[in-house]
Amino acid sequence: MSIQVSSSNSEVMQRSPHTRDRYLLHLLEQTASPETDLELLQSLRTQSKLLVQEQAFPTTRDEEWRFTDLSSLLQVSFEALTSQPEVSLEQIAPFTLPEAADSRLVFVNGVYQPQLSSIKDLPKGLYVGSLSELLTGKLEGAITPEGKLLRIALQSRLSRYLGKQPGAAELFTALNTANLTDAAIIWAAKNLVVETPIHLLFVSTAVASPVFSQPRCLVVAESNSALTFVEEYVGMGEDVYFTNAVTEVWVEVNAQVNHSRIQCESKAAFHIGKTAISQARDSRYTCNAISLGGKVSRHNPEIFQTGEQTETHLNGLTIALNEQLSDTHSAIAYSKPHGSSRQLHKCIISDKAHGVFNGKVFVPQAAQLTDAEQLNRNLLLSPKARVDTKPQLEIVADNVKCTHGATVGQLDADEVFYLQSRGIDAASARSLLVYAFAFEVIEQVAIASLQQTLTHLLKTHIP
Amino acid sequence: MIIENSEVILSVRGLIAEVDGNQILKGLNLEVKAGEIHAIMGPNGSGKSTFSKVLAGHPSYDVTGGEILFQGENLLDLEPEDRARSGVFLAFQYPLEIPGVSNLDFLRVAYNSRRKHQGLEELDAFDFDELVRDRLEVVKMNPSFLSRSVNEGFSGGEKKRNEILQMAMLEPKLAILDETDSGLDIDALKIVANGVNQLAKPENATILITHYQRLLNYIEPDFVHVMEGGRIVTTGTKELAQELESKGYDWVLEAEAEVAGR
Repeated sequence: MSIQVSSSNSEVMQRSPHTRDRYLLHLLEQTASPETDLELLQSLRTQSKLLVQEQAFPTTRDEEWRFTDLSSLLQVSFEALTSQPEVSLEQIAPFTLPEAADSRLVFVNGVYQPQLSSIKDLPKGLYVGSLSELLTGKLEGAITPEGKLLRIALQSRLSRYLGKQPGAAELFTALNTANLTDAAIIWAAKNLVVETPIHLLFVSTAVASPVFSQPRCLVVAESNSALTFVEEYVGMGEDVYFTNAVTEVWVEVNAQVNHSRIQCESKAAFHIGKTAISQARDSRYTCNAISLGGKVSRHNPEIFQTGEQTETHLNGLTIALNEQLSDTHSAIAYSKPHGSSRQLHKCIISDKAHGVFNGKVFVPQAAQLTDAEQLNRNLLLSPKARVDTKPQLEIVADNVKCTHGATVGQLDADEVFYLQSRGIDAASARSLLVYAFAFEVIEQVAIASLQQTLTHLLKTHIP
Repeated sequence: MIIENSEVILSVRGLIAEVDGNQILKGLNLEVKAGEIHAIMGPNGSGKSTFSKVLAGHPSYDVTGGEILFQGENLLDLEPEDRARSGVFLAFQYPLEIPGVSNLDFLRVAYNSRRKHQGLEELDAFDFDELVRDRLEVVKMNPSFLSRSVNEGFSGGEKKRNEILQMAMLEPKLAILDETDSGLDIDALKIVANGVNQLAKPENATILITHYQRLLNYIEPDFVHVMEGGRIVTTGTKELAQELESKGYDWVLEAEAEVAGR
């Protein structure tokens, strides 16, 4: 029997670059994709592989990872998926959305599942499907002539969007691209207003060894189009796995995208997710990012406003219990005048959990008349709960309105007393108030059934 | 109304209470019987609001002496929620906002917890809805308030009316109104006062804590008490309130000092 002190163990990991980089190369190897004859994919992969090989695995000495220690990840050996367990429609039923019953793509352990997905009666000019289907032309059901034309058109324009967001060189983004095989794709043609929400569901379920999966989404809203989509990560059990997800969203001129991102991975899972959004002139983008799951999780929403009068709404809710670590590193980069952003990020941290929020806003000289607001509010429910919050505004332009604020607090004793004085017991009063704190973000979610599910989750999730 | 030999609802004897080590209540005595309306007046800092919070069981206040009997039972043994369920109601001076919780849901949870305590069956959503719409009349509130979050975005007057609506739903044995009249315009004051009058019955009792005599033009108290230094120093009828209004509190305090000195 050996006695091991966990902290000193992680210290070893921190100190040994050799171990860390070997681990990174192992991940890279594990996910090596089959050869492809598509030049676009092949060149993206080759470039990204080189980018990964040039970089070191992050430690808490890196500013970007100061509060998020990945050494527990290093202690698990993840492997690529070898055999896929059977998952039935009944099993995924609790995660589906009635509003998106026929506009749903399902991936299990990172692999597309046509038999669990359902795409029916979508408007002309909208493509919802996997990248492999788009490239190989294998689609379920009949294909209309319009559908064929659309596919050919999209294939030729794919190279303008896929893997082309700024920040592609970042380690985990590059790691994902180095393995790029398939992706969930939503593509709305010019002037198309899509009323039906689209659901991208990434399910993880038990396999023999800890699995490493790298989901990828590409969303393109061409000029004057509008769409709503939900990107959801769920763990079906309590398994250990590692999700490294990348989503690229392109909001073209005067287009509108409403995005809800739900991270509800298993309690033992690791999740690193990048959402890169480029917004053209006059476009509007809203993201409601809700992080509930994962042992260690990180979300990096990065917004690049590339045109004038661009509007961004970022709403975030993090709930971390037990010993969870949940990190959000957001960035909004302005580049032209009259841009605006409204950011609200709330954290509810309990037990010995740890929340991290870092909100960057870049306003260069050219981005005059920018109107940026950022607010981070944190609710700590136990004496050992911890939150690290850091607004990071870099403003060069001189005629702008930029505000930021961060608050950290506990439940207000007067509020609990008010509810008690109406006959509600102390425990219920506290849970009602926690819910009320989270509600400001939940109510932004545009889909009624998802709002209800989240409300229910929230009420049952927090003890 | 004063009723001969009616039940004693509240009996406070020698109550001493402190917050953060500062003694605020210093031997307060008060007896309230069924059917009665008591007004407690007094200058700022005399302990009026502290008394109301101690009655409702606010955790920040420590009772270090004396006793409070509510219908013969030791009120201090009960948690705040149990006091509410057994019929103590405090209308807050500053009602709190609870975003995300609809007024209707909040009222239903509160109402059913009181019903359960009384050994009655909980009302289902349909019956409850009917009842609550009926009670809205008491404070002339628009039904649209029911679907809004509790007190969120309400004006000062709307918040106070919402307190009276809660009171109308819970039908307390003892209602304590902590400065419910402060900050109200005259129309809102009339509505609130009218609501309180409708709810005052021979079997319950009301304590009005107020800074201004104005409220007593609309709600006629059976007793007026003046608090000072954590105790009730003078008790009289509504004429006492009028005298206070014209002469100020100093008059009572001086008179009290004279009595004490004699």
